[in-house]
Amino acid sequence: MKARIHVTLKQGVLDPQGKAISHTLEALGFEGVKKVRQGKFIEIELAETDEQRAGEQVEQMCQKLLANMVIENYDYKLVS
Amino acid sequence: MKASVIVFPASNCDRDVAVALKEVSGRAPAMVWHGGVDLPSSDLIVLPGGFSYGDYLRSGALAARSPVMRAVIEQAKSGVPVLGICNGFQVLTESGLLPGVLLRNAGLKFICKDVHLTIERDDTLYSSDYKDNKVIKVPVAHHDGNYFADDNTISQLEDEGRVAFRYCDRYGNASSEANINGSRNNIAGIYDEKACILGMMPHPERMIAPELGGIGGLPLFRSILDTLH
Repeated sequence: MKARIHVTLKQGVLDPQGKAISHTLEALGFEGVKKVRQGKFIEIELAETDEQRAGEQVEQMCQKLLANMVIENYDYKLVS
Repeated sequence: MKASVIVFPASNCDRDVAVALKEVSGRAPAMVWHGGVDLPSSDLIVLPGGFSYGDYLRSGALAARSPVMRAVIEQAKSGVPVLGICNGFQVLTESGLLPGVLLRNAGLKFICKDVHLTIERDDTLYSSDYKDNKVIKVPVAHHDGNYFADDNTISQLEDEGRVAFRYCDRYGNASSEANINGSRNNIAGIYDEKACILGMMPHPERMIAPELGGIGGLPLFRSILDTLH
């Protein structure tokens, strides 16, 4: 089973990298870019085959390491 | 004074801080590798600057979860002073010993230069020797030094006098122009509740002799020695 995890910045946390990406998109001529927020995508292959147990495991991973709960949110999908 | 310096893969200021500690106390610190779980009983633990684990995931995140940190956290909770410099500050926030987080610098650039700092308090383990100078000059060298915490945490730090240093101009004005990296309230360093743990982005260990460009960092190490001696 695979876990596909997105880690994103919480609202209100400044994202200078997202801002720089936004400026560069503008400079390349892309119009109508209102806002860019940069996050992380993490894919984990799990030995666990039970969806509920896998979900609990990934929850723990996100809270203990993958996301910094001061500034980040996470969400994930399990795919078999 | 028995000091321990924790060495992570890609720490690069561990030797500088060891030199500073030996210079001031006359005793070389124990250099403790991150992979072990044994940490000698210490009067002071230092988490040095560098780029532990290549700054992978988030600066300091992987180091904060390395085996030796369990012992560091245990000793810190029993009252052993911990000084985290630069990457060490990032490790302290990531391990939950200090609140907040160090974000990417607001200007996105790696900043390597001398900066001025206000000494916010001169009554702590780390600052008692700064009675005569309220503004010091020390270098910074970081990419992720933009101190961030939510409004409640910032007011708590301010109300409890836990801001240790602020970025300022040469006259001591903590202006927005002097805020090199976008840190909230120009914060360059903070204490824990007991002012026993200090995390700071600037490098006092790099300013301990005139031939290094100044002695702005020397009183910090002298303060520690005076108190712990």
